[in-house]
Order: sequence, then structure tokens, then C-alpha cells
Amino acid sequence: MTSLSLVRRIRARPAIVFDAVTTGEGIAHWWGPDAGPVLLSESDPRVGGRYRVRFRMRDGTEHESSGEFLEIVRPEHVLMSWRWQGGLEDPGESRVEIRLRPIPEGTELTLTHAQLYDEVTRRSHEEGWIGSLDKLAAHFSRESIAL
Amino acid sequence: MLSSMVNYQARLDRTFAALVDPTRRAILAQLERKDSVSVSELAQPFVIKLPAVMKHLDVLEDARLVTRSKSGRTVTVRLRAQPMREAMAWMRRYERFWSERLDGLAAYAERQEAEARSTGR
Repeated sequence: MTSLSLVRRIRARPAIVFDAVTTGEGIAHWWGPDAGPVLLSESDPRVGGRYRVRFRMRDGTEHESSGEFLEIVRPEHVLMSWRWQGGLEDPGESRVEIRLRPIPEGTELTLTHAQLYDEVTRRSHEEGWIGSLDKLAAHFSRESIAL
Repeated sequence: MLSSMVNYQARLDRTFAALVDPTRRAILAQLERKDSVSVSELAQPFVIKLPAVMKHLDVLEDARLVTRSKSGRTVTVRLRAQPMREAMAWMRRYERFWSERLDGLAAYAERQEAEARSTGR
């Protein structure tokens, strides 16, 4: 609930996916154009290096996400800190982790955005946290949610 | 517009702050199983004393996650869905954001792979 995880199977080898995720040039190619153009994309993919992506959403608002590479193992694993700038919502610093696993058709990518809400996540290691919230989430998702 | 966003943020803060405590989550889980519960019934499974349970209920009520109503000597507690729904909706926006980004990433990486193969790499 305070962390979300997505899995994608991609028909490309891990090294290609890895470079697309971590290099400034790679990011500039895929971050847009669905959500609007990428205005700036910088990345220094090594431990302690930083990245910054600035982009415009369909509604015309500009946003920037930036952070630091905390762990990086080509072509299988990246852990980075993540922060939104611009817009009204700044839930604080969170963590984005990407794991790449080779599969016959290419790569299985798992993205986990953790510590999404720092109020909660300061103590998120507490036992039972995920389980009980998942249950609550299941309860409420039975009702339709208007976004 | 701005103030409604700020209020929304403040409500989310309250919701997540209330949810951070394991006892409060256990209380909510109990309420989820039953429609409404009296405070004394609610306090039963916990080793903590009734006044401590009342304090947790204060926090949950401030976050509007529960309502309390008094009838005679019995206080009944009910779960309220709205703040939880907002918290879920907030998470879903992130999910949609990443889902769209990953679609873009997959398309780009697959083009790169096709290109690498056509040039014999």
C-alpha cells in the first residue's frame, strides 16, 4: 500500500533495458511522449551519481523527478532515491528499485516504488503492516473508486 | 483550487499517520469484519487498557476513519470508507504513472533490440 510493484516482460536483452533505464539519452527516449515531452534528462549512472528528468504532462504542467543512484549493478539491478519537484504534491523522498531478470524472450523487469508515503514508511518494517493494509485495500476496492 | 489541494494533502497526511500504528490497524481490521462494534468489545482482544484504546479511537476519529456514536452507556464504533478510498486513489495515481512509463520503456527497448539484431550485435 505504501509501496507499489509492477512487472513487465520486455522483448529486449537486459543490457539494452538497463541502459534505457539508467542513461540520460535512454530516459529521454521513453519517458515521453505519452505524458508530454521530456524537457531535460541527465543521468550519471554510478553509485552516488544523480539523475534528473524534467517533463511536461498532457495538462501542460511541468514536473521534475530527481534522485541519486544508491546501488547499481549492470545489467540487473538499480536502486535510486526519488523525489518529485514541481506541482503541489511532494510526499517526500521515496525509493525506486528496478530488477532485471533474463528470460527466454528477453527481460522480466520488476519496478518497486517503495516508501511512497514517508509518514507511514518510517515504521513500515513493522510486522503485519503490509498484510493488514492489503486486507483493508481489498475491502475498499470492492467499491468502485472515482479517480 | 489550491486550498482544496492543500486540504486533500492534509487529509492524506492524517489518514496515513493514523494507519502507521499497528494497534490502530488491528482496530480497523476488526471493524472491517463487523459492521459496528462497541468500544468494550473492540478493546477485548488487546492487552492494552481501555483508556489506551480510547486514545487510538480519538486518532482514528480525527482522521475520519471511524465514527463513534453513543447510545445510553454503549459507545458504538463504525468504519468510514472515504479517507481510505482517497488513500487508495492516491496510490493508484502512482501506479498509473509508472504503468504508462513502463509501456514507453518497453516500446523503446524493443526498438533498440530490433536495431541491434539487424546490425548483427
